[in-house]
Amino acid sequence: MAREAAIRAETQTLLEWFESLGAQRIEAGILQPADTLLDLYGEDIRGRAYVTHDPLRGEQMLRPDFTVPVVQMHMAENSEPARYTYAGPVFRRQEEETDRPNEYPQVGYEVFDGSDAARVEAQVFVAFHAALADLPVRAVIGDMGILRAAVSGLETTEHRKAALMRHLWRPARFRALLDRYSVPLTLPDDVVTGPEIGLRSASEVSDRRELMKDDAAAPRLDAGERGGLEALMAIACPLPKALSALGNAAAEMPAIKAPLAQLNARVEALAEEGIAPDALDFEVTYGRTSMEYYDGFVFGFAAEGMPPIATGGRYDALTRVLGQGRSVPALGGVIRPDLVSDLRARA
Amino acid sequence: MIKLGVPSKGRLMADTFKWFADRGIELSKAGNDREYVGHVDGIEWVEMVLLSAGEIPRELAAGRIHLGVTGSDLIHEKLALWEDKVARLAPMGFGHADLIIAVPAYWTDCTTLHDLDAVAAMFRARHGLRLRIATKYHRMVRHFLAEHGVADYQLVDSQGATEGTVKNETAEAIADITSTGETLRANHLRILEDGLIHQSQACLWLSQTAALSAPDEAALSELKARLT
Repeated sequence: MAREAAIRAETQTLLEWFESLGAQRIEAGILQPADTLLDLYGEDIRGRAYVTHDPLRGEQMLRPDFTVPVVQMHMAENSEPARYTYAGPVFRRQEEETDRPNEYPQVGYEVFDGSDAARVEAQVFVAFHAALADLPVRAVIGDMGILRAAVSGLETTEHRKAALMRHLWRPARFRALLDRYSVPLTLPDDVVTGPEIGLRSASEVSDRRELMKDDAAAPRLDAGERGGLEALMAIACPLPKALSALGNAAAEMPAIKAPLAQLNARVEALAEEGIAPDALDFEVTYGRTSMEYYDGFVFGFAAEGMPPIATGGRYDALTRVLGQGRSVPALGGVIRPDLVSDLRARA
Repeated sequence: MIKLGVPSKGRLMADTFKWFADRGIELSKAGNDREYVGHVDGIEWVEMVLLSAGEIPRELAAGRIHLGVTGSDLIHEKLALWEDKVARLAPMGFGHADLIIAVPAYWTDCTTLHDLDAVAAMFRARHGLRLRIATKYHRMVRHFLAEHGVADYQLVDSQGATEGTVKNETAEAIADITSTGETLRANHLRILEDGLIHQSQACLWLSQTAALSAPDEAALSELKARLT
């Protein structure tokens, strides 16, 4: 098994590389409690992860990624700053695509560091960039913070903004919501046709009817504003061009000025680390559908005809969810040593 | 021999027998009524296997039977990438049932999937629990809700009497098959306007994986000719 040996060697090299950057080597269980993952990702995760169970512990999942157990371990035990590296297989159930693997290795690097955000982000990116330096890969970056800021800056109700924010990761629903907010709404009849049954009480029904009344009275979403949002989401090009497009968009959308300033600081920090802006692509919606817990800077490395070789990003919000109220600045990513090895064999 | 899988009980079996009889193929149970051995008259080289309707998709996919009669709901639910494993030879015009999502009729704020999603978000915030939908059609329901971007729900398994789960407070909504809607109404439930997941009926399916000998091929073409 030459390929297996090559993957093992690649894994070892990557672990040693991240250790040389000060990361502590950690392990995580293959079986993870299903509850946490279901609460985090929702029922959809059942389509993507293997669920198993025993009569004592209930439902368990074969880990679909390392991020959740690593964050849990960090939140429970350690203080910042901290850096970790790990390696092992992750498991993905496949229902539709028969040629995608259901088990593959990952090597990860996670950084919990609240100091200068732009500098830490640049360093994490460079850690991955350097690990893949001699391979024919193209780097893409994005920033979920820009889309979030654009939504929070819309001239509409807080209720609508919250609904859009909740569905940022589901493009079809996000679009359906924008459609809905662009037309006059009518309320369904308030004719009660049955007795009060189940856990959801009549007062919850009337509370929501009140919200629906407010929603129907809210002004329609301005067509120009919606057009601006869609144009923003369509930005996907080399970074220098994207920066000027974002600069122009910010004139109409002052809300994105703050994340744009952060992006500019990050680009500067990257340049200081030797990464030229024109070596990168920028996509406003990068990672929107595949990396749902990332909430700021995101990055990925792509090679022709392969799934992403490496992906990563900032996930402060995830630490808030898993930290029971406590949250820490967190950033990290994973590399697939199997694809790295295939790519080397191809060269 | 061509193996034809037929539901072993009740209305579905009787309707299947009649459907084949109308096409000159007499299916019957051997011996007494409790014995699961079948007879086929009117066509050569075909034998009947009596099976639970729920197991017919699996037997077709494994190629242990060549033909099978079962609802399209069960094929879609039980077989991932079902088009690769079975081909539909004929819709049979009975066993009609719709797989739908229904909520308590008194939820006057919830008539669409958009509402269901909004209700689920508020329900989770209030009760600390993802809104529970009782069903036995886990794959189809999950697929449908993902496609429509509904979040903050969970599926709870219910293999029968699903309409009662809301009253029993083990679920807030249900996804189940209905033909007349009477059971739903009797249990004070109402179908969402855009909550139709699948319109099912009994169909004759051909396994794409079962091996066919030369006489099998001949018998199959003979049978197919009778269906048109």
